[in-house]
Amino acid sequence: MTCEEAEILLHALIDGELDAGHAREVEAHVASCPRCAAALTAYREMSRAVATADLRYAAPAALRARIESALPQTRQPSRRGVLRGFAMGSAVSALAATGLVAIVLRQDDQQRILSEVVSAHLRSLQAGHLTDVLSTDQHTVKPWFNGKLDVAPPVIDLTAQGFTLVGGRLDYVDARAIGAVVYRRRQHVINLFVAQTASPEHRPPRTETMQGFNCRRWSNRGLNFWAVSDLGADELVEFVDKFEAAMQANTEG
Amino acid sequence: MPANASNDDPDRARRFREAALPYLDDVYTLARYLLRNATDAEDAVQECYLRALKHFDTYRGPAMKPWLFAILRNVCHAEYARRATAAVPSLDDMPEAAEQTPLWREQQETPETQILRERDAATIRRLVEALVEPFKETFILREINNLSYREIADTVGAPVGTVMSRLARARAMLRSAWMAEEELPK
Repeated sequence: MTCEEAEILLHALIDGELDAGHAREVEAHVASCPRCAAALTAYREMSRAVATADLRYAAPAALRARIESALPQTRQPSRRGVLRGFAMGSAVSALAATGLVAIVLRQDDQQRILSEVVSAHLRSLQAGHLTDVLSTDQHTVKPWFNGKLDVAPPVIDLTAQGFTLVGGRLDYVDARAIGAVVYRRRQHVINLFVAQTASPEHRPPRTETMQGFNCRRWSNRGLNFWAVSDLGADELVEFVDKFEAAMQANTEG
Repeated sequence: MPANASNDDPDRARRFREAALPYLDDVYTLARYLLRNATDAEDAVQECYLRALKHFDTYRGPAMKPWLFAILRNVCHAEYARRATAAVPSLDDMPEAAEQTPLWREQQETPETQILRERDAATIRRLVEALVEPFKETFILREINNLSYREIADTVGAPVGTVMSRLARARAMLRSAWMAEEELPK
């Protein structure tokens, strides 16, 4: 190998881009050529100095915010977005952390349960966690819950109303097993959590937002319901209305 | 994804966000070195992300980082064109002379590695910023953005061999500047 070739290839050696054969050739040349050996040492030192100097810039928080706001809004950071916030060690992570602190600090029961429900929704979005029983047939999903819960969650096919039944799942909220009936509208997942309640009182639906998810909760016929989704609030209202109407029809029929 | 997919599709925006936003610091870093001005860099990065979102449907890889860098380069080219009166050389407008400068300086008397080790971050940054294009961007993509030679080639649209010779040139120029700095009176 000539010095001219080595002048180029020793950089590839430093950068770990050479295959074993060429690396050996460069090393053999360097071993016999003091000038190239000095150059290799100098460039190694230089690369090390550059690497340790940390010459990167962090994007200003304002720039991040500008770009975020220029993107179409998906109702809020997804679960992965929230988690990544911590990894990034940036302004975003500070925001995410603030949100989590707020959640941790909210101690009243309804809020705690709501946050557990939202967490359960987030968990369900992980690959393979959405459904334990996968079926669009309510007569398959409903019996699946038998014996697994102390309640029989109503499973209603709302496909005709624009909400596709996807399946069912067992989840844990407030330290007890709870039924989750899973629907989909377009690409949006709706988890309908159903739990028994001691009080038979009817509480009308109301929407709350947590971590960017809309949650509509209500009580009826001795059951507590939470519908959670990243769907817009208006569509979630529509879902709950359709569900309740179908429930009503089922009970009367 | 249908061809007429709207930029307003929230699911698409989410996927874009997850794929591209983690590289914001990388893109911003490259912009800072290419444009040498914080305000221009911010504008360029924002434009880069808007363009990337617009073309996200046609993105087929290979890797997100080189793809974003390639878009940023195009944005910076436009910025160079805008600054043309200020006589800032464009990235591909490589000075022939620089390509032909001899790689080697005469041996220094000073123990060179010692000098190399003692440079502080601010000095190194200044010396890197002073490199001329296209050597500077090659150096930054390699040493600061940590791209492989193949990824650099994809980013700048040049063969790997060209990347290698530019990198050798960039390091030789930096080494010279580094040594020259040492000779300056304190």
